[in-house]
Amino acid sequence: MSLWIWLLLACGLAYAWKLVGYFVPAGLLKNPRMSRVAGTMTIGLLASLTVVNAVASGQSLAADARLGALAAAAVALAFRAPFLVVVLIGAGVAAVLRLMGWN
Amino acid sequence: MKLLASPAVRVGLSISIATGLYGVSFGALSVTSGLNFWQTMALSLLLFSGGSQFAFIGVVAGGGSGLAAMSAATLLGMRNGIYGMQLNALLHPTGWRKYVAAQLTIDESTATSTGQTDPDEQLRGFWAAGIGIYVLWNLFTAVGAVAGAGLGDPKQWGLDGAAVAAFLALLWPRLRGREPVAIAVVCALATVLAVPFVPAGVPILIAAVVAAVIGWFSHGRSDEGLEPDVDPYAQHHHGHQRAGGHHGAGPTKAGA
Repeated sequence: MSLWIWLLLACGLAYAWKLVGYFVPAGLLKNPRMSRVAGTMTIGLLASLTVVNAVASGQSLAADARLGALAAAAVALAFRAPFLVVVLIGAGVAAVLRLMGWN
Repeated sequence: MKLLASPAVRVGLSISIATGLYGVSFGALSVTSGLNFWQTMALSLLLFSGGSQFAFIGVVAGGGSGLAAMSAATLLGMRNGIYGMQLNALLHPTGWRKYVAAQLTIDESTATSTGQTDPDEQLRGFWAAGIGIYVLWNLFTAVGAVAGAGLGDPKQWGLDGAAVAAFLALLWPRLRGREPVAIAVVCALATVLAVPFVPAGVPILIAAVVAAVIGWFSHGRSDEGLEPDVDPYAQHHHGHQRAGGHHGAGPTKAGA
């Protein structure tokens, strides 16, 4: 039940960010710092989420089939594969590595 | 039909299909990370911002708290506020349209609109991409959620590997040039160092703070990191850049 509360709060805050943009005075747009922070935070969060999902297992670090998925996804992206193909390759490589006994 | 003659509408519809389709992966990963069908749909219907939605389920899947999941999603949503300012200055929506436009303000609708030069086309591009993605994203989220629920053991299907790939694919188009790569590496390192010492989910927030400090004190491109996940103009103008230099060998965009 409590996950619902955090989830709906996240939805409300996401809409608040979007709406704020339409109501702040245009002058604030001129401050490049805010858009810099929004951009660097996007990069930092996505990099962190990639790493956490690849090597974290609770509070410990693990090297398992997910690392293979990460490497395969990077190769697919370098070859300009579309998003969905990259995701399927990530799943396929992790599944195959697990079948081969690398957990 | 007259609307289809508009280049912005055509771009908007093709980006809708490309972006909408990957809603399948969101839906499937969301239910396998522990959310139920309606929680998954609530994220797509109400939160409606791909990166933030993936962040929310990514934190939950890693054992993080609801508070940490909400925080990561919210910090990642800040850029939509910047897009809102840009779109408001560009399109001047009034009355109820402002509130609807706000919900449709995401990477791809913004990029479709700002990639046009004619004001009417900017307007058509925004609404075509915004409405099109909203409809298809939710439709495909539902398809993915139903399919994912029937999969059984998600690890057997490599869905944890799929999540890793999804986050890398979201990050990839934003790594144009040396500086964003450096930021990504520093934040990845900060994350790895933090994992053993703080509860799950918190390393992601630490990385966000590191990134924010870098952004606040450094002076680079002001639109860095604000590239869309799927570039609406990737096929139409090769090497299309909204600002900054051309990096021919740089990371590519998912094709529309």
